[in-house]
Amino acid sequence: MSAEPPPVVELRDVHLAFGETKVLGGVNLCVTERARLTVLGQSGSGKSTLLRLILGILRPTAGTVFFKGRDVTKMSRRRLNRIRQKIGMVYQYSALISSLNVRDNLALPLEELTRMTPAEIDRKVDEKLEMVGMSEVRDRMPSELSGGMRKRIGLARGIIMDPELILYDEPGAGLDPVITSVIDELIVSLSEKIGATSIIVTHEMGSAFRIATRMAMLYRGEIIAEETAEDFKNSSHPVVAQFISGDTKGPILEHTASA
Amino acid sequence: MANPFSAVRSALEQVSSVVWLLIDTVVEMGDRIMQRRFPFRVSTFFEQTERTGVGSIPLVALVSFFIGLTMALLTGYQLRPFGQEQLVPQLVAVAFTRELGPLMTGIMVAARIGAAYTAELGTMTVAEEVEAIEGMGLGALRYLVSPRVLAVFLLMPCLVVVSDIAAMCGAALISRWAFDMPFRIFTESSLDSLLIRDIVAGTVKSLLFGLIIGLVSCYRGLTVRGGAAGVGAATTSSVVTVITTVIAFDTLCNVVLVALFDK
Repeated sequence: MSAEPPPVVELRDVHLAFGETKVLGGVNLCVTERARLTVLGQSGSGKSTLLRLILGILRPTAGTVFFKGRDVTKMSRRRLNRIRQKIGMVYQYSALISSLNVRDNLALPLEELTRMTPAEIDRKVDEKLEMVGMSEVRDRMPSELSGGMRKRIGLARGIIMDPELILYDEPGAGLDPVITSVIDELIVSLSEKIGATSIIVTHEMGSAFRIATRMAMLYRGEIIAEETAEDFKNSSHPVVAQFISGDTKGPILEHTASA
Repeated sequence: MANPFSAVRSALEQVSSVVWLLIDTVVEMGDRIMQRRFPFRVSTFFEQTERTGVGSIPLVALVSFFIGLTMALLTGYQLRPFGQEQLVPQLVAVAFTRELGPLMTGIMVAARIGAAYTAELGTMTVAEEVEAIEGMGLGALRYLVSPRVLAVFLLMPCLVVVSDIAAMCGAALISRWAFDMPFRIFTESSLDSLLIRDIVAGTVKSLLFGLIIGLVSCYRGLTVRGGAAGVGAATTSSVVTVITTVIAFDTLCNVVLVALFDK
């Protein structure tokens, strides 16, 4: 009998505080292979922080974060850098290196972390640009691109190393609804093409339902619901129901007002 | 009024953070070398050396030329009533090689390059570019900090030589005009007065100042918080901190050197 493979990402009782400010208060989350999990929550609820914990950029105050069964919180910088090569991150504002053109932005991890030849790197850059439909901007600087274009280049950079896990931080932030839908479709098609697991942080319900196979809700520093997209849509949890409907009456605003 | 103990504690924390920045950068570079790869991008290193070294030559040369000229002029007039103006070349040569060359160059490079490093890395930090580099597993310290620190560390002695020569030229010119001292006499007198230990002391100081400028300005850039205003504040603070630290270390070096060699 073969042993069950460990989940791609697992957070066990993760607490995080910045000084006196408590951000996460016991997060438990398990993400299985090839899942597309959207993490929903109010602005400032700690969703992006969750991604930075998985990537090892932040270390939790207490609790453990596992990537494929390995504890990220206790790793040295050297080991962490190796793990990070298997994780792609797509930033809210793309975070492209402003001094490098699109080609060099995508080629950077390949040049620094692999022993590929320049011709192989060029081929791979072209392939990923093709996947996000941005072949024509290869030689442009990030400052010459629109928000949607930058986002797509950010996506291409996120998958350039063929990662096992892709983290998306608010992929639709600052984009119009049509471009947001294009990005959402791209996220789904990319994760299917390269077979990667995806964690998408967002507070946009439309995007969340378009992308997700599973959905989780982060509220007051804890994951209060984690289920399939269909179950999440029909959830009877008052916070989840209010967040989905966008109703002004309910526990979310009551708590915010009393806080 | 701020608690003096918390101010001292905060200063010590910052010093230890800068030391850890150096250690972590060296470790990341070492890891890279163990993988039989160059620790940083050679092209980035040469970009930084050109910016730090070649780009600073006009400023360093011009300022040092004027300081050397002024120093020779003022000391010459003070010494003339005693008939001792022939001491001007020795005075300028020793003062610049051992003290003013490294110190003035340190201050100029801190203002010019330290500010640029902090502003550049600060802007990258605010735009999440540094986090993206770290998140890709590239090693932000190796990739961003090591070429900058090494460039300023290795180029400082060269800039000090430029500063010394420019100051001597200024002093020679004014000595010829104001005190009728031929260039040949000025040069011979200057060279006769220089000791190896003066040159070594100046070189050691310049390397130390280069390290301080590189590390502190990169540290300030990487720890920027609060958007554009944060970058501005960090840049100002970086220049002030670097200049103060350079002067403090200069004093410390002088005390040590005098205690060791000038008894």
